[in-house]
Parts: sequence; structure tokens; C-alpha cells
Amino acid sequence: MYAYDELDRTIINERVTEFRDQVKRRLSGELTEDEFKMLRLQNGVYLQLHAYMFRVAIPYGTLSTKQLRALAHVARRYDRGYGHFTTRQNIQFNWIKLAELPDALADLAEVGIHAMQTSGNNTRNVTSDQWAGVAPGEVEDPRIWSELLRQYTTLHPEFSFLPRKFKFAITASDHDRAAIKVHDIGLRLYKNAEGETGFEVLVGGGLGRTPFIGKTIKPFVHGHDLLSYVEAILRVYNQYGRRDNIYKARIKILVHELGIDKFAQEVEEEWLQMRDSALAIDDAVIEDIRSRFSYPTYEKLPHMPDELKKAAHDPHFEAWRKNSVFPHKVPGYAIVTLSLKPVGGPPGDATADQMDAIADLAEKYSFGEIRVGHEQNLALPHVARRDLPVLWKALDKIGVATPNVNLVSDIIACPGLDYCSLANARSIPIAQELTRRFANHETANMIGRLHVNISGCINACGHHHVGHIGILGVEKNGEEFYQITIGGRADEKAEVGTLIGPAVPYGEVADVVEDIVEAYLALRERPDELFIDAVKRLGVEPFRERVYATR
Amino acid sequence: MPLVKHGKITSDTLVHVADDAEIPGDGAILIPAARFLEDPEGLSRRVGRTGVIWPNNRDVDDLVPYLDRLAVIALMFPTFRDGRAYSQARLLRERHGFKGELRATGQVLRDQFVFMLRAGFDAFEVKKESDAEAFAATVKRYSVFYQPTGDGRLTALHRRMQLRHSESASQ
Repeated sequence: MYAYDELDRTIINERVTEFRDQVKRRLSGELTEDEFKMLRLQNGVYLQLHAYMFRVAIPYGTLSTKQLRALAHVARRYDRGYGHFTTRQNIQFNWIKLAELPDALADLAEVGIHAMQTSGNNTRNVTSDQWAGVAPGEVEDPRIWSELLRQYTTLHPEFSFLPRKFKFAITASDHDRAAIKVHDIGLRLYKNAEGETGFEVLVGGGLGRTPFIGKTIKPFVHGHDLLSYVEAILRVYNQYGRRDNIYKARIKILVHELGIDKFAQEVEEEWLQMRDSALAIDDAVIEDIRSRFSYPTYEKLPHMPDELKKAAHDPHFEAWRKNSVFPHKVPGYAIVTLSLKPVGGPPGDATADQMDAIADLAEKYSFGEIRVGHEQNLALPHVARRDLPVLWKALDKIGVATPNVNLVSDIIACPGLDYCSLANARSIPIAQELTRRFANHETANMIGRLHVNISGCINACGHHHVGHIGILGVEKNGEEFYQITIGGRADEKAEVGTLIGPAVPYGEVADVVEDIVEAYLALRERPDELFIDAVKRLGVEPFRERVYATR
Repeated sequence: MPLVKHGKITSDTLVHVADDAEIPGDGAILIPAARFLEDPEGLSRRVGRTGVIWPNNRDVDDLVPYLDRLAVIALMFPTFRDGRAYSQARLLRERHGFKGELRATGQVLRDQFVFMLRAGFDAFEVKKESDAEAFAATVKRYSVFYQPTGDGRLTALHRRMQLRHSESASQ
């Protein structure tokens, strides 16, 4: 956990005071809605179909029990008793009243949580691997650098009015769980031949209506130079990014129009003039941030304790353990993913009661720490393996032990037309229907790893481009239609999916997905050839044939 | 549009010269970039103080040869959503060492004051009277800053390091 100090807390409190003044000026009419819009967006407040939506940041996906309880409190006191975890380590509340927002923010500020820059054309919440600090084989904890970037990007005096939003993601593992290749800046931490920590810097990735996979702008930027290099990128973008057309304003378009080499050259020229400025980070600063991350004192525990051996006779426990429990860097411990994808439920939602219960369990079994992943699930990062059986019972009781992690019903979905004023089509009911179709865990297991991502419009909040199966809602003559892509992925081999054919109506989406899955089962070479690998080998044609032969 | 300088509302001593008006030989003036660039040498040597309104889509490098002879550079915020002038301001102050008045003009609201001060602005043509009046209070909204800029405010990182040193010294 990172402990905010007096300085961090002061900024958060000062931001609350500022926002309170902004809300007051809006309510009194001193600010027009147009003026207020930009100000509220800078603090995570959207106007949705039914009400204001409030997006709160969970930097690099790390939460303490106190913080999770505060989120539960906000859900209960100011909303309708639940919250929605997003694909960018944020949580959204959908029914907040404008006049009460400053109080909700003040309550969150007490536990070091804020909503700064969770929307608007600025640098957004810095995201990272939800297994940071505990994943086996990780180079080092990327959250140290995430926190450095969080501070650097918070209320930046030069980059708070960029052409468009700007997202950072960091990973320090070979397997990328942070989707760095679909971020404006993606950072892959590694050590060079001299053993120095630095980053491969990727730029210009992003989804939306023009998806791009990020390109490497510099293969190695030394940790000392991270902030100056990032500032150079942001300065070039702030000055030359397009502002005439909102759909062409992301940095990916600038990189695409200039070409990566020319863009890299512009950045390099800018950077060389400031790399030795006050932005150069010395080791003492990094150590200072590192020192405020606390790590559990792990016990020496057996890998196969009696409790686990005994529980292995219970097939329900075993199904969950095999699906939702992952290796930890410390022997005797495990990382446990909590599925927020129950059969028939909206993906990523958690009730206030669930949040409180999870906080209690984290206190008891995970050294008081909870993680939020971009797949819209939670994780307990430090669970002693001997506690798995008792933890499982408790998680199952509150409905977050569905053994479908990484399986076909572990769906990523945006709020869609049920909430969002931008959406063309519903996302949640499609996800719900799919979880019902694939409710049988044996079948889902047999299918294996398969990511279905659903967006209700071209803005791609549900990351449909990088779903193994991607579903995009569009509107045709006033009706909801859905384009289906396959072969997308968001990890280290990130790729944008390929459209398989004409859009299909709402009522047929689940059938189409079933057809695709059946085609895959018939075509795979062996049971462990994953869907995504089969699509890579075969191309989309056999899937297209299967889906459209009868349509 | 009230002008705020040195934290107070003051009267603007610069005469804003319109595109087609004659430029007076002396007296303080503020002229559009295009006018200035017609005769930058002559204009920057005129007797009175000369200021230029510089658009936010033009490289400030073009101004560099004349910086020590310009009294004022006014940078534009066509809407407060358009943040290009923040970069221009920092470049003028921090890279090119501009010492004159750096004025923010356009849609300037109180919610930008702190950012603008940190970027190097020291004069503000504020859109609303109420925002101009709130200047002194608004700039005190923040007491902690994460980023180093040319305004010299200590960053949180440096304050922490100082704190550490003083703690270790007192032990």
C-alpha cells in the first residue's frame, strides 16, 4: 500500500474545496453549463441519460480496506447502493446528485481517494498491472513509478487542457495485464544490460473509432529520465495535436499523421533541451516514494497445507481454485481473483454490502489490500494458501466466487444505453444474456480462455476492438445492431480484431457468439489451442462462414 | 474586461491597436502578431512600450530575437479548453528567459489562475468581473504542487526531501 502523506492529503482537500466552489457557482448560475462542463469533467462528473455519473480514481488499482469501505459508503449514502468498476481502474457511481457531490468527495478525501482527472481532456488515472508487486517473475513493482507519474500528472499546469484525453499504463511483467499497447503512453519496465531500471516507451495506442496499437517511440528511457521524456511527449502533443476535430484529437492520430519516426524526432529534440531540468529524478526521490509503499510481512508457509488437501475433495472448491487462484511470488501465498461477473449480472458491478464484506475479508486474509483489474474484477493479492477454503466459502456467500475468470462469461462491458448518453445500443443486457448462455462452468472450462468485450458505441469503452470476440453496438434506422469482430487482444501481443461480416440485430448477438464458439470447438487442433490462437491460425473466414451461412 | 496584475485589478495602460489602425510613434501599445511581423525590427525599437498578441498556433521561436525589446506578450485562450498557450508561456519564460509581462487573454476564468501563474503568466485579462475580484482568494486555493515549473514554487517531492534531511539532521 502507498501511504499518502500530509502533502498528498493537502492537495486532495484543496481540490475538494475548489470543486465545492465550482458546484456552488454552477448552482447559483454564475457558471454556464458550458463553462461548468469542462470543470466538472476534470473532476470525473459526467451528465448521463438519467443523472450525473461520478467516476472515482483507483490509482494503479490498489485499494486499502478503509478506502473500499469509503467507496461502499458513497454507494450507500449518495447513490443507489452499488458501484461499477471500469476498465481503467476507476469506479463509477451512476445516480449522484450534483449538490451532494462535494460532500461525497470530501468523504472520499478522508481516506486519500479523489476523482481528479478521471474525465476531461487531461492526463487520466495512471493504471498498472493489478498483480503489481506480487506477480512471480516481475522485474520490480511498477506502482512506484505509477505513483511518481500520478503525482506528476495531477493538476499539471501545462497539460490540463490537452487536445483530448490522455492515458498512461505501466507493466513490469512479460505478460502484460495492463493493456499498455492500447494506451496513449504505454510503459514496459525492464532492466537494461547494465542492470538499470528503465522503460520501453510506447505511444499512440488507443481504441475509440480509430483503433491503433501503440508503437515504440524509444526502446529504453532510463528511470531518471522518465518524467522529462513524458513531458516532452506531452508538450509536442499539446502544441501540435489536432483541436479542430474531436475524433482526430487523440495523440494516436498525430503519431499516425506525422509517422512514428518524425514524431519521435520532434519529441527527441524537445527532450534533449530539458532532460537535465528539474524533472530529472534522482534515486533519493524514487527511494522516498518506494519507502511509502508498505509490503506485508509474509510468513513461511507450506505450498500444500492440510486445509487445501482436505478441500480438494470438494469439486466446487476445486473448480473455483483452478479458475480463480493464481501463483504468488511468495511460496505458500496466492493471488485470488474475485469475479464481478455473476451469471445474469451486469459486469463489474458491486453492491455496497459486497464492498464492505470484501473489505472485511481483505483485512482477515489479504493484509488489508484489494486490487482492481482492467477486466472489471477485483483481486485479493496476498492470500495464504491455507486460507483458500474458508475464503472461498465467504466469497461464494457474497456472490463473487463465480469460477469464470478469463472464461467466456468474464465479459468486459461498458454501461451502454442503459446509462450512457453517448451509447447507440445496450451492452449490459447482451453481457447478461451471454453469461446465461454460458452458465455451465464445465462447458465454459472446456472452451477455455476467451475474452468477450462489448461496447455500446464507437467510443469503445468496452474495449471491443481487443476482445477475442468483440461486440460493438451501432444504430441502424433506430434499431440496435451489433458488429462482431474476432481475433483482438490487449496483452503483449495486442491486436485489433477483424470484422466478420454485416452487423446483426440485438436478438441474434448471443446466437452469433454461440456459433463462433461452436465453430472454434470444431476447428481447434487440440483442446489447449486457445480461441485466439485458432483465429490466428485460421483467419476469420471459417467463422464468417459459420455465422452467415444460415443468416 | 478587467485586467489583473500583481494580484490586483488595474487599469490597462496599453493601447490596443486594431488591425488597420495607425501605430502611434510613442506610448504603450499592444498589437496583433501579423502587424508586428510586418516590421519587427522597427517596432521593437520604437520609443514606447510595445506588446504583441501572439496566436496559440504559431511557434514562439519566431519571437525569440525580439524578446528583450518586447514589454508584453499576450497569449491567447480562444476558449479555456484550448491549452496551447500554457506550453508557449513556459517556453517563453523557462527556455527563452522572457522577463516582460506575460498576459493571458481570451476566455480566462478563475479556475485557470493557478495553472497560469505556474506556467509563467503575470497578467490576466479576465472575462468576468467576479472572477477578477476573486483573484487573490483563488490563487491561494493550492499550497502544494507536484510539478517543477519556472515559477520557483517548491514541489512536493523536494519538500519531502528537505523534510527528510532536517529530520535526519535533528537526530
